[in-house]
Order: sequence, then C-alpha cells, then structure tokens
Amino acid sequence: MSEAARTRLNYAGVAIALAFLILAPLEFHRYGIYILSQWAVMTIAAIGLNLTLGYAGQVSLAQGAFVGIGAYCAAILTTQGWPLIAAIALALVLCFVIGWLLGYPALRVQHHYLAFVTLAFSTLAFLVFRNESWLTNGTEGIDGVPRPTVLGLSTTPHLYYYYFCLFMLALVTLATLGLVRSPWGRAFIALRENPLRALSLGVDTRRYILMAFAIGSALGGLAGALYAPLVGLVEPPAFTLTLSLNLLMMVIVGGSGYFLGPFLGGLVAVLLPEWLRVVDNYYLILYALLVMGLLIYSPTGLIGIVDRFLVDRRTRAASAARAAASASIERP
Amino acid sequence: MTAVLEVSDIKKRFGGIHAVDGVSFEVREGEILGIIGPNGCGKSTLFNCILGQLQPSEGEVKLDGRVTTGMRPCDINKLGVSRTFQLLQIFPKLSVRENLILAAQEHKGTMMSRLFGPRDAGLNGAADQMIAFFKLTHLADELAGGLSYGQQKLLDAAMAFMAGPRLVLLDEPAGGVNLTMLGNLRDRLKAFNEERGATFVVIEHNMDFVMSLCTRVLVLAEGKVLAEGLPAEVRANPAVIEAYLGH
Repeated sequence: MSEAARTRLNYAGVAIALAFLILAPLEFHRYGIYILSQWAVMTIAAIGLNLTLGYAGQVSLAQGAFVGIGAYCAAILTTQGWPLIAAIALALVLCFVIGWLLGYPALRVQHHYLAFVTLAFSTLAFLVFRNESWLTNGTEGIDGVPRPTVLGLSTTPHLYYYYFCLFMLALVTLATLGLVRSPWGRAFIALRENPLRALSLGVDTRRYILMAFAIGSALGGLAGALYAPLVGLVEPPAFTLTLSLNLLMMVIVGGSGYFLGPFLGGLVAVLLPEWLRVVDNYYLILYALLVMGLLIYSPTGLIGIVDRFLVDRRTRAASAARAAASASIERP
Repeated sequence: MTAVLEVSDIKKRFGGIHAVDGVSFEVREGEILGIIGPNGCGKSTLFNCILGQLQPSEGEVKLDGRVTTGMRPCDINKLGVSRTFQLLQIFPKLSVRENLILAAQEHKGTMMSRLFGPRDAGLNGAADQMIAFFKLTHLADELAGGLSYGQQKLLDAAMAFMAGPRLVLLDEPAGGVNLTMLGNLRDRLKAFNEERGATFVVIEHNMDFVMSLCTRVLVLAEGKVLAEGLPAEVRANPAVIEAYLGH
C-alpha cells in the first residue's frame, strides 16, 4: 500500500471513529453516556501512562494517584467557586511537578524496583486523601462537585459533559500525537529500547526520563480534574492501587507503546465489563478470562495483533521483491 | 598534528581488580589508532572511562585540551565524540533512517526547539546521504531489527558517524561480520578518514583488519600499555608476540 493510500485510510478511520463518538451517544440512555464519558476520561489518563511506560519504558504504578490528585484539585477548587479551567490548570501544573520529582528514583532504579517506588507513592497519596481531612474531607470525600459552564452552556446534562470530555480527549490526542511524532517521541523510544546507546548518542536520558514522568503524570491529573465533575463525588477509595492497575491494564491490553493502544484498552477496561453484564453475576469472571486469553494470544495487546499482521505482510512483500530482483539478475 | 584525545595515567579498579592500570596515550588528528590485546586486558573498560560510561578511579582524559573526566556520555558526545559498542547497539523498532536521525537529532537546537520543530529535526537529507554512503539505500525504511547481522553492524557504525564527530571510538567493529561485509566496512571507515578527516580509535581482534586500517597500534596487557608503534613494528615486537599474537 502506498504512503498516500495509507494516509487516506488513516483519515477515513479517524473520521468514522469521530462520527461514531459524536453521533452514537444521541441514542444512548443516561448510563450509557456516563460510561462513555468515563471511557474518554480514563483514556486520557491511559494516554499519559502510555507515554511514561509504553514509549519511554518507565514502569509506573502511580497513575491512579495522579488521577486522584487531579480529582481533588477539581473538587476542592470548584466547590469553593473557582472555575473548572483553573482546577485543570492547577492539576496539570501540580501533577507535572510531582511527576517530575517521582521521576528521580527512575534515574537510579528500573523495572520492578521502580514499580515498587511508584507503588509506595500511590499508597502515600491514598493516605493523604484519606487522612488529611482539613484538605480532602477524609473518608467522607467531597460531594457536589459542579460541572462547568462552557461558552455559556451548562454541561450538567450527561450528554453535554460527555462532549466536553470528548473535546478534551481530542485536544490531548492531538498534543500527544505531535509529541510522539516529534524528535522527543524518538528519544522516548530510544530510552525504552536501549538507554545505554541513547546516552552515547547525546540523548540526555535523565531529562527525558523526568519529562516522560512529568507529562504522563500531568495527563493523569487532567483526567482526574475531568473525573471529579463527571462523578460529582470525590472520595479516597476511588484512587487506590486498583485504579493504577486498571490503567496499567488499559495500556497493556490496548498495546503498550502504540499510539492507539490506550483508546482500545479503554474500551476493554471500561466498556467491556458493561457489555458483559448480560451474563449477570458471571460478567467479571468472563471479563477476566477474556483479558487473560487476549494477553496469552497477543502479549503486545490488541494493536499488536494488527501490527503483527502488517509486519508479516510487509516482510512477505519485501521477500517477493528480493526474489524477483534475484531472478532478473540470474536471467541472462 | 594536534592531539584530539589525551589519556593520562587512567586507572580503573573494580574492588581488588585493576582493570586499567595507568594507561596513557594520545590520539592525533586524522589518525586511526588501533588498540589490541587479549580478552580481559581492559580495552573496553578503557573506552568506557574515556567516554564517561565509567568514572576512572584515577587519571585524566582531555578532548581538544579540555578535561572531560567526570562528564556524562551525552555531554561528551556533544563535544564531537561518538562510539560503537562491542555488542550491537541499535534500535530494532525504529527504521534504518530513524536510527540515523536519532543518532544526530540531539545535536540540533535545544530540547524545546526539537519538541516544536520538524519530525526529522531537519536531518532527513543527511540520513539519506549516510544511508547511501554505507550502501543501505534499499533498506532505508526497513525496521533495523529486520536487517541481517552484517547490515546491522554497518548501521551501528553509520550511527556513530551521523553527527559528524571529530573522534570515533569503535569497539570490535569487525566482530561477527563476514568477509565481504568486513571489506565494505573497512572501505567505509577508510573513506571517512580520508574524505572527512575523521579520527578513529579502534579496538579489534581481527589482526588483518587492524593492520590494513590503522596507522598506529597500541597493545594492552593486564591493564597496562605493553607496546605502541606502527602496525609492522608492533607485529614484530617479541613481547607482543609472546603476550598476544603468538608464534
């Protein structure tokens, strides 16, 4: 397939997906729209984790904590009368700074050791959410988080808030696409694939690791700031290690290090359990079996299946071209 | 000719083991210095000390008269020094062209300007030239991981030259490469030296490769300099024959 044809196919795919995401909720009931909004919000958090883990190769079990920090920023500020945009700005800056600081251990430890460092941070954040009542209202949480008014239109109806979240997801998608297609994206991949060689080629691995953590965490914070008005109630149990593991699963199941991975992973983690409710009480068992089956079949996730198919096809085409070239040389 | 690299009394200890034990030498502009010696004599450790991958226990390294001991590898690279490793070090999930762009992108602008600048950091043309120079044009868009071992070796070497370095340190470039590819690699290195005035330091066990490429040879044994001189002199040196080359 030529480059132009591939580009046209990509544009067509994006247009169809966008049309579905805009039009389909018009037919959904309230709960369906709510779940779809949750997909949009959690996909933003997973995009952040995909940058840190998938592209830059830095294991993090703290993304749920950043969602929590963002959610508390939004809950505290908006219930005090601040606009959501101010809460989003604060969540982005705060999570960027904390993420940057959390990146420092990654300069010394890697893999499962790093996972434990980030796990400890996740626990620490949970304890702050639960115990620092003067700030977070402790175990009772913060209720009545208002939804914003955007361009004079209240987003209190689920459908309108969904469109707001979708718009934010689109912005994050474009910004992240720009990032991973820039030299930074290449440096992140180099960091993941071979940090020793990257360093010897002038890649300042220290700064890129910190940036990968900071940007990924900031996106987690943004997701949290959108999550709070979606749910209306922010309380500590929502931001335990389970959320971090769910986000990790979204990235792995979708395809770690693939741009579209978090979008598909989000479908599996957020929407699939809802679709499986037709089997009543067995839906979580079926869900777990499906996820296990998928990862056994394709450890590189859903996008990995497509990628494998495309690489196979390209290899076959290249082999055929080489064989044809050899034949034409051998022919007198 | 001025000295590009000055290594003064470098020592590197790992516990009680003296991997490098007081090595001193100079590399002059435009020369190809070969470093030979038996396995475990400290050749690669010496490279790692020069390039900041390891901190020497004692001694000093100067590049163009500037002390670089203690600097990080990425900062040393930006001073115009690049290297290859004993084991292949490429990025298998990037294409050949992307490997080469990556090898020079950090030399272009600032970190921020690279974020908002063009995807190829303005290096597409230079990458294509390098690909053609190393005769890899037909593989430019292939994933590096899909190349044969010899082709990956060529790519590995090409990456070291991509940023236009003044000094290149090659660690066993001929290891595992077949004769045809070896000739190709030697031709490319010679051409780089003659056409672009690049200076090399080459660690290698393949004596034919060393003797036909290098202008001067340094022999290490047990972490110390055993001999130094022209290739023919070194080959005839009884101490070198005894310790390394054999009769």
